[in-house]
Amino acid sequence: MKDVKTPSKLEKILAAGHLAVTSECGPPRGSDPEPIKKKAEMIKHHVDAVNITDNQTSVTRLCSLAACIHLKLMGVEPILQMVTRDRNRIAMQSDILGAASFDIHNMLCLSGDHQSFGDCPTGQNVHDLDSMQLIQTVRRMRDDGKFLNGDDINRPPEIFVGAAANPFADPFEIRTPRLAKKVAAGVEFIQTQCIYNLDRFEKWMTEVVDRGLHEKVYILAGLTPFKSAGMARYMKNRVPGMDVPDDVVKRMADTPKEKQAEEGINICVESIERLKSVTGVAGFHIMAIEWEEKVPGIVERGGLHPRPVVSG
Amino acid sequence: MIVADKKPIEEIISEIETYTNVLILGCNECVTVCEAGGKKEVGILASALRMHFLKEGKEVKIDEITLERQCDHEYLEEIRAAIDGYDAVVSLACGVGVQFMAETYPLPVYPGVNTCFLGATEKRGLWTERCQACGQCILARTAGICPVSRCAKRLFNGPCGGSTRGACEINKEVDCAWQLIIDRLKDLDRLDDYEQLSPIKDWSTDRAGGPRKVVREDLQQ
Amino acid sequence: MRLQYPAGIKIIRVPCTGKVDVIHLLRTMEKGADGAYVVGCMEGDCHFNAGNFRARKRVEQAAKILDDIGIGGERVRMYNLSSSEGPLFAKYAIEMDEIIRNLGPNPIKLSKKTAA
Repeated sequence: MKDVKTPSKLEKILAAGHLAVTSECGPPRGSDPEPIKKKAEMIKHHVDAVNITDNQTSVTRLCSLAACIHLKLMGVEPILQMVTRDRNRIAMQSDILGAASFDIHNMLCLSGDHQSFGDCPTGQNVHDLDSMQLIQTVRRMRDDGKFLNGDDINRPPEIFVGAAANPFADPFEIRTPRLAKKVAAGVEFIQTQCIYNLDRFEKWMTEVVDRGLHEKVYILAGLTPFKSAGMARYMKNRVPGMDVPDDVVKRMADTPKEKQAEEGINICVESIERLKSVTGVAGFHIMAIEWEEKVPGIVERGGLHPRPVVSG
Repeated sequence: MIVADKKPIEEIISEIETYTNVLILGCNECVTVCEAGGKKEVGILASALRMHFLKEGKEVKIDEITLERQCDHEYLEEIRAAIDGYDAVVSLACGVGVQFMAETYPLPVYPGVNTCFLGATEKRGLWTERCQACGQCILARTAGICPVSRCAKRLFNGPCGGSTRGACEINKEVDCAWQLIIDRLKDLDRLDDYEQLSPIKDWSTDRAGGPRKVVREDLQQ
Repeated sequence: MRLQYPAGIKIIRVPCTGKVDVIHLLRTMEKGADGAYVVGCMEGDCHFNAGNFRARKRVEQAAKILDDIGIGGERVRMYNLSSSEGPLFAKYAIEMDEIIRNLGPNPIKLSKKTAA
């Protein structure tokens, strides 16, 4: 068992050597908390922690922190996603303290999609810090108990620090150096971009393992089940930084329409089975976009249920 | 140079339609190079405005002058004798020139161009941004390519996950600045430098710090 | 050849249509012409390579401005022909004359009159 630095259940499970399972929920475009609670209720016995997205694709939604608090109050462990797009360093440090005041113990540091994709394309973006600098900021607040200016923090946050990695994005030659850079910044867990090209992911993992990075950071393999062949094509052609091989698209397209959703889940379960044995894979991040009800089945069929119980 | 673009003529008309003596004031510097506010553009705008007001049956005198610079007291003084003859000025200089003009003379000054950015001429009719004047140049660390002005998220430790085949996620026509940086680091045989973390930026020398000044006492008299 | 073309057309000779700038077209209209057109060499045959292409762009720019100020961009045009095509020159002149006659006088002259 590795050292544990925070009360995070996710960290404890990873440190104990279990394959962790996380999922994510997007908050609603309104002030009713019920949709997010309902989503969390569906998956809470099948995952260790749940990411709450932060105005994903730059569309204004109920804030990630408030949604995380709703989850926390239901006894579900939240992972607070925070993008550097919308907040300066004052707001980010402040929100980190706010999260810590509710004993939210996980964060995912991101730069965020550009606002031109969302509902406020005429707005400003902030990017006072970038995602690596946000990682450094949280670590400094936690480990040194200091704000960025060096002032002491009364009751420093206890937050397990995560970030995203995309093994498939361009430029290809810096995929592993980029992870090394995040590790140097202080990241403790990684959730990857959705993996459809398993060969290429495994090649990346080999590079990661060769550099010993898997000893320094827990890597959760990201998976998103396709609902349809149309979604597979869309992900392949339209989503930046996504690698969907032709044979996967073909497999979905060759399946009769009414069976495509099931086939999408089959692909996801097969991916879990194959990636489980890949050195360096510490768990799975299952992003079933607006399809949360399928997560329990995927986790069970992937042999990841029941979830381990760790003591505080 | 400062790159500007012409304002729609309808917008200029709506600003000045209540005046009867208008001076169109060009600038011989950056806006001449980017063909937005030099002598030539002054002539075209003035001619168009004259025709417009003639068509409307309005008597409006539209004159043309182009100064060497509008961001310099010395050159603005050249029109001191003539300025009383006008009741408004349309300045085709950048935002700096428009303001200096307004500070110098007590009459309404209207901008005739939109000031866009600090950039370069790629070719005639195509200007692109290169600098945001953040006040703390980091080009030494980024292989001579500026992520502040050329990355849509001004990332200091890029690229983000949206970089695709050399293009930025916001638009396939926009180069990913970090792809350019990495390519150039490779060409310079310095790709190892990529792994150095860029520290948190001091933005106090940027717009964030309020209006900026460069003071050189050694040069002042 | 003694070809006939409309008498209202005044020819201004330039060494190359590349010499014609936006301001020349606008000044022509400002001084009261009802229309202005540029006759250049065939595209691809410019002795200076791109003179007639430049002229076409400038005619387009002038047309845009004339549209913006309500004079009408269709009052300026560009034609291309080669130097041996006298009859075509006359044909274009007649065509332009017809277009302008259909459009009527330059609106700035009309309001000048009503103002007077």
